[in-house]
Amino acid sequence: MSALDRLARLDRRWIFLVTGLLVLIPLLWPLNLPLTPAPPVRAYHDAIASVPPGSHVLVSADFDPAARPELEPMLRTTLRQLLQRRCKVVVVVLYQGGPLLVDQIVRDVAAAQGAVYGRDLVNLGFKAGNEAVMVLMGQSIPNTFPRDQSGADVRTLPVMRDVRNYSSFRLLVSIATGYPGTKEYVQQVQGRFHIPIVAGVTAVTAPTMYPYLQSGQLRGLLGGMAGAAEYERLMNERGAASRGMDAQSLAHVFVALCIVLGNLAQRARARREEG
Amino acid sequence: MKRELPLFVTAVVGLFMILSFFVPHQLVSVPADFLQQSAVIVVAFGIVLGGANLLRVNLEAVVKRQPDWPYRLVLIAGLLATVVIGLIEGRDFQALGTRSTWIYDQIYAPMSSAMFALLAFFIASAAFRAFRVRTVEAGLLALAAFLVMLGRVPIGNAITGWLPSGLRLGAVSEWILRVPQNAANRAILIGAALGVMATGLRVILGIERSYLSGEE
Amino acid sequence: MLSWRAALVLAILAPAAGGAPTAARAQGQAIIVPPPVIQPSRPAAPRPPAPAGAVPSPRPARGLTWKDVPDDAGRAIDLQWVLSPDDTLQRALVQGYDVMRSENPGGPWTLVDSVAAGVDAYRDQSTSLRRNVAYFYRIDAYGPGGVTPQGSVTGPAIAVSQWFNHTRWSALALTMLFFAFVLFFIQSAQGEGRKPFVRRIPGIDAIEEAIGRATEMGRPVLYVPGVQDIDEMQTVQSLIVLESVARTTARYQTPIKVPVTYPIPFTIAQEMVKGGYLQAGRPEQYDPDSVQFVSPEQFAYVAAVTGIMLRDRPAAHIFLGAFFAESLLLAETGFATGAIQVAGTANANQLPFFVVACDYTLIGEELFAASAYLSGEPKLVGSLKGADLMKLVIVALVVAGCLLESFGHHGLTQWLATQ
Repeated sequence: MSALDRLARLDRRWIFLVTGLLVLIPLLWPLNLPLTPAPPVRAYHDAIASVPPGSHVLVSADFDPAARPELEPMLRTTLRQLLQRRCKVVVVVLYQGGPLLVDQIVRDVAAAQGAVYGRDLVNLGFKAGNEAVMVLMGQSIPNTFPRDQSGADVRTLPVMRDVRNYSSFRLLVSIATGYPGTKEYVQQVQGRFHIPIVAGVTAVTAPTMYPYLQSGQLRGLLGGMAGAAEYERLMNERGAASRGMDAQSLAHVFVALCIVLGNLAQRARARREEG
Repeated sequence: MKRELPLFVTAVVGLFMILSFFVPHQLVSVPADFLQQSAVIVVAFGIVLGGANLLRVNLEAVVKRQPDWPYRLVLIAGLLATVVIGLIEGRDFQALGTRSTWIYDQIYAPMSSAMFALLAFFIASAAFRAFRVRTVEAGLLALAAFLVMLGRVPIGNAITGWLPSGLRLGAVSEWILRVPQNAANRAILIGAALGVMATGLRVILGIERSYLSGEE
Repeated sequence: MLSWRAALVLAILAPAAGGAPTAARAQGQAIIVPPPVIQPSRPAAPRPPAPAGAVPSPRPARGLTWKDVPDDAGRAIDLQWVLSPDDTLQRALVQGYDVMRSENPGGPWTLVDSVAAGVDAYRDQSTSLRRNVAYFYRIDAYGPGGVTPQGSVTGPAIAVSQWFNHTRWSALALTMLFFAFVLFFIQSAQGEGRKPFVRRIPGIDAIEEAIGRATEMGRPVLYVPGVQDIDEMQTVQSLIVLESVARTTARYQTPIKVPVTYPIPFTIAQEMVKGGYLQAGRPEQYDPDSVQFVSPEQFAYVAAVTGIMLRDRPAAHIFLGAFFAESLLLAETGFATGAIQVAGTANANQLPFFVVACDYTLIGEELFAASAYLSGEPKLVGSLKGADLMKLVIVALVVAGCLLESFGHHGLTQWLATQ
């Protein structure tokens, strides 16, 4: 039996094993491949960098632990950039699996940046209702989120004093894994309330965001861990996403190799069957 | 009458909600907001129905000792434990250091991440097994997949660093995403949006009524 | 009978989720909207007393005008003024402006908000603003030297409610056109009494074939109606198709399994399967446990469904509805069990996974055509024709828009932009 024949009968668990090793090894011994920020990533960074210090920015963090490896680094770097610019950050969560995770990240970054909760930033927590909540926020954010994640009355928090609805914000940052997420913000909020939006999404949803990027409905886009890593590069950081990129590089090469080997094996089998 | 009234109410409410998109006046916008908020509440109460079914089906299976009953017992225990702990902790169940937070951090988060991570393995095996280049179109598809996969990660730029910047894999993959991918995506999006509207209209006007009322 | 309640909920949610705004969604693709006017504002802190004689107080702002914000329910008033002559970077006598409001030209005045220096416009949409009430406005410039009220007041300004949002004419016209097309073709199909032509959709034909194979093998059929709630039209469509599928499985006397993510689709799915068995004339064979509520939690649902695949070994898997990351997890596991698989979704980013791992895939709108295709009812097929004609209109608009924009005419784009 030739090597290709054996390949055609390969148990898929061997593929799983190689994938696992290729992801694990660079996480332990990084290759430090150089990163080049793509134009949408640069636009994302620049959109935040052009928000005047002191103005409010709305961050909608809509993901759960499943999307954590891709989206947590984006959220962390975004919060850092916003707080370093002395922007007032208001965080909301519309994805049901996310509130606790997002709260930990928000508190973590705030502590590291020396930001004061309630004065420099606030986490309004989770509200069920998807697009309906997005539209309600267009009427009044304090009415939609009367209490923050920890149960405090939002009207007593200094950071919320000037916040009414979308018009109180310079920018909306949507970091989202699925539904409700960036697409819904573009459709329901950008169309009606005309707030500039930048987005960070998982790699698998990134291609569907390109129409919005091209039409200007999204000002910038981070796609998956690659986007997060390039953003970290622009911020001169080396965070979790940059470390993960080596693993992702090797995994992508392996998947490409799988396509080639799969086809070779198939050909060999077809030829033998003909013969 | 039993069938006509619900269909009539559906049609009236549906058309009213469409109207509210065009009419900002408070006589329309206030009731429309109220209806939307009510719908959110109604949907939230639905979880009770689901929970009851989940408990009934799984308890029955445990009582009848179906082959997989130990798993079902784990499910029931997990469901009840989470709900009871949440109820005991009350309003502050999401505060730092509560048992609910512990469940989320130590059980929910790792299990959820693990399931998502399986995707990487399945993509590799699907690529090996099913991505067959049998036609010219499939060949083009494979080529595009290659360029984008390698162009999206640093290694793509690293191996094509000697080319002019516009021909490096990063730039090429960006072009594929921006132009051909975008065009096809838009076409699917527009078609699907029209499908959504047509289905919505059929439901609102009761043309699909034999289906939604469960009777012929 | 629970399903009509669900239909009602759907009717309420749908326009917010995917109903009316979809017109804007389809057209909104290529529209670039101007950046919004956003007023940076600062906290309304009490003004510090001016240090005696050290810095002069700023000269007042001038020329305050008001305008009722159009196309709203009378909830906002736009203000515009000319900056104080002292509001320059060199002089730095102005720190900002206080927006003052009163119901009488003589006061008493209440502070609405404050804006930073250099800002000459403000949209008053505070919750205290009432419609159809006459207000007077004044802008006070403040700085290190103190506060200078404007010499004159502006008013009476009245926020009025409108009956029509004028920026949405285009959406209304296109929605009406679409409805007219659909209704026309439904009507004419009904009049002629014959089914309009619809091309073959192999994926839908394959559903019956898959059920037939499951019957031959004596194994159940697995039907997955997507992972979203009833406010997603794909879920609605999938549940409608479920009835036809259940009718077929009832005829073939093959068990069907339907795991569902959300409670309301769950109750509808029960109705649909029951209805299918009823229509096939086999109500006694309906198993109430065939439809099962699992969890709205995405990966808990995946674990449950892959569990069903591996334990019960269904011979046919039908995935119709909205799918996300679970698409490949389900389809690859399904492939490993050797089942025949049919998938359909309008979530474009999941299509490649289904195409690779399933035997047949319905792409985008094919999913929405499925119920009409399966039933063959002239009315439903007529609605497909209406949607097709609308697509032609959109293609024409896209081409016309590209040409006009290329030659510098922005009329069409502006008409299509909604607010």
